[in-house]
Amino acid sequence: MADKYGRKRENLLHILQGIVEQERYLSDVALTEVARELDLSAAQVYGTATFYTFLDTEPRGKYVIRVCRTISCDMKGKNRIIQAIEDALKVRLGETTQNNKFTLLETNCMGWCHEGPAMLINDQAYTNLTEEKVIEIINDYAKNK
Amino acid sequence: MANNINLKIDGVDVQVEEGRTILDAARAINVHIPTLCYHEDLCVAGNCRVCVVEVTGARALVASCAMPVSEGMEVETNTLKVRSARKNIIELLLSEHNADCTNCYKNKQCELQDLASEYKTSGEQLYMDLVPLKNYTIDDFSPSIIKDDSKCIRCQRCVRTCEELQHVSALGVAYKGDKMKISTFFENSMFDVVCTNCGQCINRCPTGSLIERNYVDEVWDAIYDEKKHVVVQTAPATRVALGEDLGLEPGQVVTGKMVSALKRVGFDSVLDTDFTADLTIMEEGTELLTRLKKALVDKDPTAKLPMATSCSPGWIKFIEHTFPEYLDNLSTCKSPQQMFGALAKTYYAQKRGIDPENIVSVSIMPCVAKKFEADRPEMRSSGYKDVDYVLTTREMARMIRQAGLDFNALPEDSYDSIMGESSGAAVIFGATGGVMEAALRTAYEIVTGREVPFENLNITPVRGMDGVKEVTVKIEGTLPDWSFLEGAELKTVTAHGLTNAKLVMEKVKSGEADYHFIEIMACPGGCIGGGGQPIPTNMEIRKKRTEAIYMEDAGKPIRKSHENPEVVAIYKEFLGEPCGHKSHELLHTHYKARHRY
Ligand code: SF4
Ligand code: SF4
Ligand code: SF4
Ligand code: FES
Ligand code: FES
Repeated sequence: MADKYGRKRENLLHILQGIVEQERYLSDVALTEVARELDLSAAQVYGTATFYTFLDTEPRGKYVIRVCRTISCDMKGKNRIIQAIEDALKVRLGETTQNNKFTLLETNCMGWCHEGPAMLINDQAYTNLTEEKVIEIINDYAKNK
Repeated sequence: MANNINLKIDGVDVQVEEGRTILDAARAINVHIPTLCYHEDLCVAGNCRVCVVEVTGARALVASCAMPVSEGMEVETNTLKVRSARKNIIELLLSEHNADCTNCYKNKQCELQDLASEYKTSGEQLYMDLVPLKNYTIDDFSPSIIKDDSKCIRCQRCVRTCEELQHVSALGVAYKGDKMKISTFFENSMFDVVCTNCGQCINRCPTGSLIERNYVDEVWDAIYDEKKHVVVQTAPATRVALGEDLGLEPGQVVTGKMVSALKRVGFDSVLDTDFTADLTIMEEGTELLTRLKKALVDKDPTAKLPMATSCSPGWIKFIEHTFPEYLDNLSTCKSPQQMFGALAKTYYAQKRGIDPENIVSVSIMPCVAKKFEADRPEMRSSGYKDVDYVLTTREMARMIRQAGLDFNALPEDSYDSIMGESSGAAVIFGATGGVMEAALRTAYEIVTGREVPFENLNITPVRGMDGVKEVTVKIEGTLPDWSFLEGAELKTVTAHGLTNAKLVMEKVKSGEADYHFIEIMACPGGCIGGGGQPIPTNMEIRKKRTEAIYMEDAGKPIRKSHENPEVVAIYKEFLGEPCGHKSHELLHTHYKARHRY
């Protein structure tokens, strides 16, 4: 990774993003490697990783579902959406399914407020969600991907 | 020369150099502006804003620690707007703060508490108490350091200390917004990460969030236990700093009063780490000369040069984490504290006819890392834990206060015997360059039979506050045994603060420098600036303590380690010869490579 992006401190964020794309999360091993390559301390790299919500430092499922929790989506019923996903996947917010396929998280405003409630599955955004629609999407992922 | 700038503070004219801040200017005329995130030793962060002042013409209040002065500036430090802004900030900080002052280790020694009292915060503030909503953690796994997030005001002095002075960055800022916290790698315990236990962050933390793990109660218990014989050793740098925590000005030598106080506190025997500092010179000097001989004459590849000093446990842990490939370059000598511990329960016990089982060995150190060192599994060569409890200079001051003593009124007393005698060379161990100077005083004489060629034995080029001091000593007129060193130039380097240590090690690694002997102290200024010394510690105070150390050296009848009569005696009666079999068993150690996070 460091070879790909270069060993400068400014590149830290790219490198971390690259790792998340490949491995879905930043393990302690990965972070110490990055620190070594960039001559930073591990705590400094950890600080950067925890500053950005999209850089996960915990093992995640193959598909990370992030439901927006910010005010517009909240008012349009994000709680019901979350509940529906929780029931469908048998996990609670913050958890990963047994088969390591899905992780359910909340996130801050993603700029889809006008089409809320909104969620992301990895990089794909889904908007105007209803309970039915969300179950459909999840089932699709579960079966076909 | 820098230009001078004229400005007015509270109507008073001030002139300061260009580039200084409003805070500097105010201090120059004794106008007090409160600060929290500001510390003389560190870069300006400007994050707490408690130092705000009003500047005529500026729309908002400005942070005086970060704002440079400009010509004709008019500053007000005491307006209603300023005072209420500051009070507001303090109340905000307190709303997230576990202000449990009566149970807090920093009670009455806390900058946040001082400000709360100065600004008379009422508890009827606008802000609700957020403490119950927070998920604060306390990390007390380390034998050296306790980190309590509920006391943290996120001023980041510790983060800057660890990064700027020590180049360790064991602590960083993690998360953001109201979840922002000071964290190690993956929120591991301080015990499990690269932290060197140097305690510099503790010395700069304005609150009780980072403190030393204290053993005051354990030591009192030992003193009150009739069956125990409690010996105490005092490190070189404690005698020039202790006074500061007991109402005296920085820079006073209080050796005699300190000994007197410790006897009154109830230690059975008050002895001196300086004795084993002299012993360290004998061992380390011999080791250096042996390595030089092996490397230069026998071409033995196992004799690693440069040889680096090993008396600073913060430096040891740093090299174990950061440059593990150089562990063989460390002197195998234990630190003076640990040599003392190993001898207290063997040599001392024998001579005094005391069962080592009943000896409790306590040390008083300017250092927080020494607590960790005493806990290392390698440090049990007497068959017992060589040093049972390590107290900082601050903890000793606390015990003296607890004992109800009027320190300043105490008579001067002298150390007990045996293991209480020392030379001037041992005293200067407390300052950067001291070990180097002491070693040169002895090694040069062993090799040439003459004193080091410096006036009054003062090797001034290794002294002082420069971060890295390179000094070459030419060896001439050697005795027959050492003729292979005739005309040789002994290249030495002395560094203090781990940021400078890293610079030196990188030069060694790149092959840019070919030193023979390296002295490194983990703390800025050496032990006189140790993490366990009185708070505050800053450049001005470090300089005063250093002057005091060299004064103490100059006044000693014996200035060279090998002339300490108790050192001569211990080799004759007990150890045999320097680096001999018994020394290896008791006074030398080994190191281990550690991970990098
Ligand atoms: S850190 Fe200071 S303000 Fe906080 S509880 Fe301790 S003494 Fe009180
Ligand atoms: S631990 Fe102390 S020095 Fe560090 S940010 Fe918190 S209050 Fe400041
Ligand atoms: S004790 Fe020293 S190394 Fe450890 S966190 Fe504090 S400043 Fe850094
Ligand atoms: S509030 Fe949900 S996307 Fe903006
Ligand atoms: S002391 Fe100036 S902003 Fe903190």
